[in-house]
Amino acid sequence: MSAGVNTAVLDAHGRPIPLSERGPASTWSMISFGFWLFLLSDIVIFASLFATYAVLSNATAGGPGGGDIFELKGVFIETCCLLASSFTCGLMLIAARRRQLRQFYLWAVVTWVLGAAFIGLEVTEFSDLVAKGFGPTHSAFLSAFFTLVGTHGCHVSSGLLWLLVMMAQVATLGLRTTVVRRLFCFSLFWHALDLVWIGVFTIVYLGSLHV
Amino acid sequence: MKLRNSITALLGASLAGCSSALLDPHGPIGRQEKLILIDSTVIMLAIVIPVIIATLVFAWWFRAGNPKAKRLLDWDYSGQIEFVVWAIPALVILFLGGIAWISTHDLDPPKPIASNVAPLDIEVVSLDWKWLFIYPDAGIASVNKLVLPVGTPVRFHMTSAGVMNSFFIPQLGSQIYTMAGMATRLNLLVDDPGTYRGLSAQFSGEGFSDMTFEVSALSHQDFEQWLETTRTQGGTLDAAAYAALMRPSAKDPQHTYATVTAGIFDAILVHPGAAPTAAQIEPAVSAD
Amino acid sequence: MLGKLTWAAIPFNQPIPLVTSIILVIGIVSLLALITIKGWWSYLWNEWITSTDHKRIGVMYMVLGLVMLLRGFADALMMRAQLALAQGNATGFLPPEHYDQIFSAHGTIMIFFVAMPFVIGLMNFAVPLQLGVRDVAFPVLNSVSFWLTASGVLLVNVSLVVGEFAKTGWLVYPPLSELAYSPGVGVDYYLWSLQISGLGTLLTGINFTTTILKMRAPGMSYMRMPVFCWTALASNLLIVAAFPILTATFALLLLDRYCGFHFFTPDLGGNPMMYINLIWCWGHPEVYILILPAFGVFSEVIATFSSKPLFGYHSMVVATMAICVLSFLVWLHHFFTMGASADVNAFFGIMTMVIAVPTGVKVFNWLFTMYGGSIRFTVPIHWALGFMVTFVLGGLSGVLLAVPPADFVLHNSLFLIAHFHNVIIGGVVFGVVAGYTYWFPKAFGFTLDETLGKAVFWCWFFGFYLAFMPLYVLGIMGATRRMQHYADPSWQPYMIVALGGAVLIFIGICLMVVQLWWSIRTREQRRDLTGDPWNGRTLEWGTASPPPSWNYAVEPHVNGIDAFWAVKTKNRELHKVAESRYEAEHQPHYETIHMPKRSATGFISAFFAVFLGFGLIWHIWWLVILGIIACLAVLLRQAWDMDRDQFIDAAELEDFDRRHPGLGAQR
Repeated sequence: MSAGVNTAVLDAHGRPIPLSERGPASTWSMISFGFWLFLLSDIVIFASLFATYAVLSNATAGGPGGGDIFELKGVFIETCCLLASSFTCGLMLIAARRRQLRQFYLWAVVTWVLGAAFIGLEVTEFSDLVAKGFGPTHSAFLSAFFTLVGTHGCHVSSGLLWLLVMMAQVATLGLRTTVVRRLFCFSLFWHALDLVWIGVFTIVYLGSLHV
Repeated sequence: MKLRNSITALLGASLAGCSSALLDPHGPIGRQEKLILIDSTVIMLAIVIPVIIATLVFAWWFRAGNPKAKRLLDWDYSGQIEFVVWAIPALVILFLGGIAWISTHDLDPPKPIASNVAPLDIEVVSLDWKWLFIYPDAGIASVNKLVLPVGTPVRFHMTSAGVMNSFFIPQLGSQIYTMAGMATRLNLLVDDPGTYRGLSAQFSGEGFSDMTFEVSALSHQDFEQWLETTRTQGGTLDAAAYAALMRPSAKDPQHTYATVTAGIFDAILVHPGAAPTAAQIEPAVSAD
Repeated sequence: MLGKLTWAAIPFNQPIPLVTSIILVIGIVSLLALITIKGWWSYLWNEWITSTDHKRIGVMYMVLGLVMLLRGFADALMMRAQLALAQGNATGFLPPEHYDQIFSAHGTIMIFFVAMPFVIGLMNFAVPLQLGVRDVAFPVLNSVSFWLTASGVLLVNVSLVVGEFAKTGWLVYPPLSELAYSPGVGVDYYLWSLQISGLGTLLTGINFTTTILKMRAPGMSYMRMPVFCWTALASNLLIVAAFPILTATFALLLLDRYCGFHFFTPDLGGNPMMYINLIWCWGHPEVYILILPAFGVFSEVIATFSSKPLFGYHSMVVATMAICVLSFLVWLHHFFTMGASADVNAFFGIMTMVIAVPTGVKVFNWLFTMYGGSIRFTVPIHWALGFMVTFVLGGLSGVLLAVPPADFVLHNSLFLIAHFHNVIIGGVVFGVVAGYTYWFPKAFGFTLDETLGKAVFWCWFFGFYLAFMPLYVLGIMGATRRMQHYADPSWQPYMIVALGGAVLIFIGICLMVVQLWWSIRTREQRRDLTGDPWNGRTLEWGTASPPPSWNYAVEPHVNGIDAFWAVKTKNRELHKVAESRYEAEHQPHYETIHMPKRSATGFISAFFAVFLGFGLIWHIWWLVILGIIACLAVLLRQAWDMDRDQFIDAAELEDFDRRHPGLGAQR
């Protein structure tokens, strides 16, 4: 696409042209805007799941509520892993922009490991609950809990897969513009998942302390 | 007033000879709702008819072939017209909004109907694909036939055995959904003796079209007589009978139950989607 | 091995689905055979199936919508015929088992696979042209969107041949749609085909929002965009905000059905009311997604054929965005009778009425656009006038229903059915056909036959009134929706009249097909050589008909609203001075441009999505795993494809323009 052909900033009389009148935006601008829109749509999905959780959080059908089954210690460790991975993701991106390959791989792997640790801990939490008879099929509350937290977990897992693909892309295609753009999108995704997790941690886990 | 009468007459004439249920209410709720229907229609017609006429007139007058029309080919804005164009709909909506607010509160389904007569409680359960009416005070029940005393406010408490339905007697007024695990409330009153049609207004599956019920409005004496007669014949609505009712069937013939296990409605409420066992009904009684 | 799939899934013992399936299969096989014999595969593959050109994709959406209109309307005819017959002891010809699938399929198909493709098709074709740019922001994604929608269409049609469809109504309310009450595959067909096509729609929303906000010709500020682009923006913002709710809600129902969760079951704490709230949080914005672009079409059509600028441009923009925002604040009016408190019901009732205000403003602005204009009664103007008369009646019944106590007696009645068909047919369908007629010459280089076009209009117009005015009356008489039979004999005459109306509309649809065929046959008589058959006002009329794949060789510079009208006005003045068009102000300067290459990604990912969906529906888990792997493989292949641009050199651009000297295009 011949986007950005017209990048004039001043008109014939030397007056600045408003941004909205400068013609098609650059590819970078469009891709990051489009990806933001995608993230917003993803957040709407989470909003629906949060709303469902809120409505169903007391529908325990005589079974346990959040306060009875959540183990906050493990959740706290998970949270630290994920937040740390967000930080290392930032370092990874800085390395990519500076075209520092080794730094890039280092921080990419660390991010991946921290993310995998998060997933590992979450899978353990889920299987423990199921083993104790508190699986998602036992009440509406449990269905809502597993779905909300599980959907976040699926997103993180997809992110891990994406990160592997990105590492392969860097290895085979180098840190060309297209690849760096995708890394930027990945990092937006990863940070957004962090934000969602903060919501989950607060509303689901800390919220259960009232119960 | 005259306009409303003539519109009613017009509508009535077009529906002459037919059972124009919503325009032929037999209870105060239905009557108030009919009034709202007609009033709102008239108010909106006051806007809609001029708009339609203007559309046709403007289109015809300003057709390309009309030499008499004055062309204003650059005219694309007028502050005054803009003001009016926003103001008129806003004012109409303000007015209708007021009607909506007041009438919604007045006709809120759980709101009791003011009356000197003591209210009658009836419990309703929608099943696949029939209606169960329980008269808790009288201790009887009826399937697919609702018998009501004239002039008595009736307090309905409704639930569903499984899927959603909507309890609706068009000639008496409002409908309300029936949902498993929840008790919706509705208040109706029937003014005139007669037979009316009741139905489900929320699609519930294969037998939905047969989910109609007969509403029989009787004078107080006749109603008491009906209660007496019903108490002498028919079986018991206990856990087993209810479990039988829960089996899907359509076009069930009307029948009644002479006795009803107390607390069965509450048990149905607390065990949504399932037929409560006898043991599950008993504690509901002792908890009282 | 094959999950739940057995030979019993094919309707050997049900005549109507069996005959329909046979016709369908024969039809498809014949079509494929014809294409093979004529050797059209390579043309179709290179020029259409793998196209990333928004114009081609727009046309394909329209074709998809038209094909599904035939199926959706066949359902409608069957429903009307059944109700005309099944009074008293008569049972009609469709047992509840079938009738329930037919009305569910009718609604699902008409909303998701007719109206949405039509509206998205129009936006696809026209928006980049109107914005003065060469394509949308993400052309390959655009192709993916189309083909995912086609996957959904295919799955819904497969349900006719293999298995069954949902018997729950078009929004599959639980508990009826839960496994306990709908154990068959019908609801699963519904859910998976909509999840797949819903993804396509969401991607369209992202694509067009980005395009409209980030890709416009130089000088085209927001307040210089054509109104159709504003309505397209509002519609796509709604898609991005609302469709994820649909995805999430269906996912929850799928978890209930597949994994035994309890979101909406009656037992173990499930809450069906939650589903109803969520689905209508999507559902109400959805109808605005459909109607806003139709409003945009009417704005363009009325202005163009009145030879006048649109009255109150600023007001129209404000009204459009107001409707966009307000559409999220009214959803409860779809279930006033579910037992919310009076305060809640009243609030939503009033908000619903508030939305009528900006809508009313638009109607008045169209009226005043016509005032003082010089109106040509072309086919699109017929549709516009028909819309203005019909839609306001639908608005009347809508405001009526917005008063909660009125809704208490009209909810789910045939009055409701009449209302929403009133606004959807009078608004969306009329708008789509107007847009189709209006932009047809731009897409194909010749106009449609006018006489047949007017005949189509009158059939639809009178057919609509004949079909739906009786339904308003029936609603007042206490008739509810989704009945398979009824007892009251006084209803039957109205049902018969309604059937007559449906038949008239059907004639209209047949005439549309005839019009298309005839117009193609006699196209030389109505060739559009100037690119501007209507004396249009917006940029697309300055391109050739059809435009080259790159739309604009040189980016147009825009200085105001109705950019092309301004250019024509200026050119007319310049022509008094300069003889040759090429001596006009701007000497065109051609440079090599790059366009996206065509891409098979869309088609192939959708291809695998069909198998994925089919496997999920029938519980064929190995097929599901293969489908997921295949989709991932396509994604990976796309990720490594660095060769996505083609370059068109200046000579070719100049040559094209030279061969189309009659254009009113700005230089």
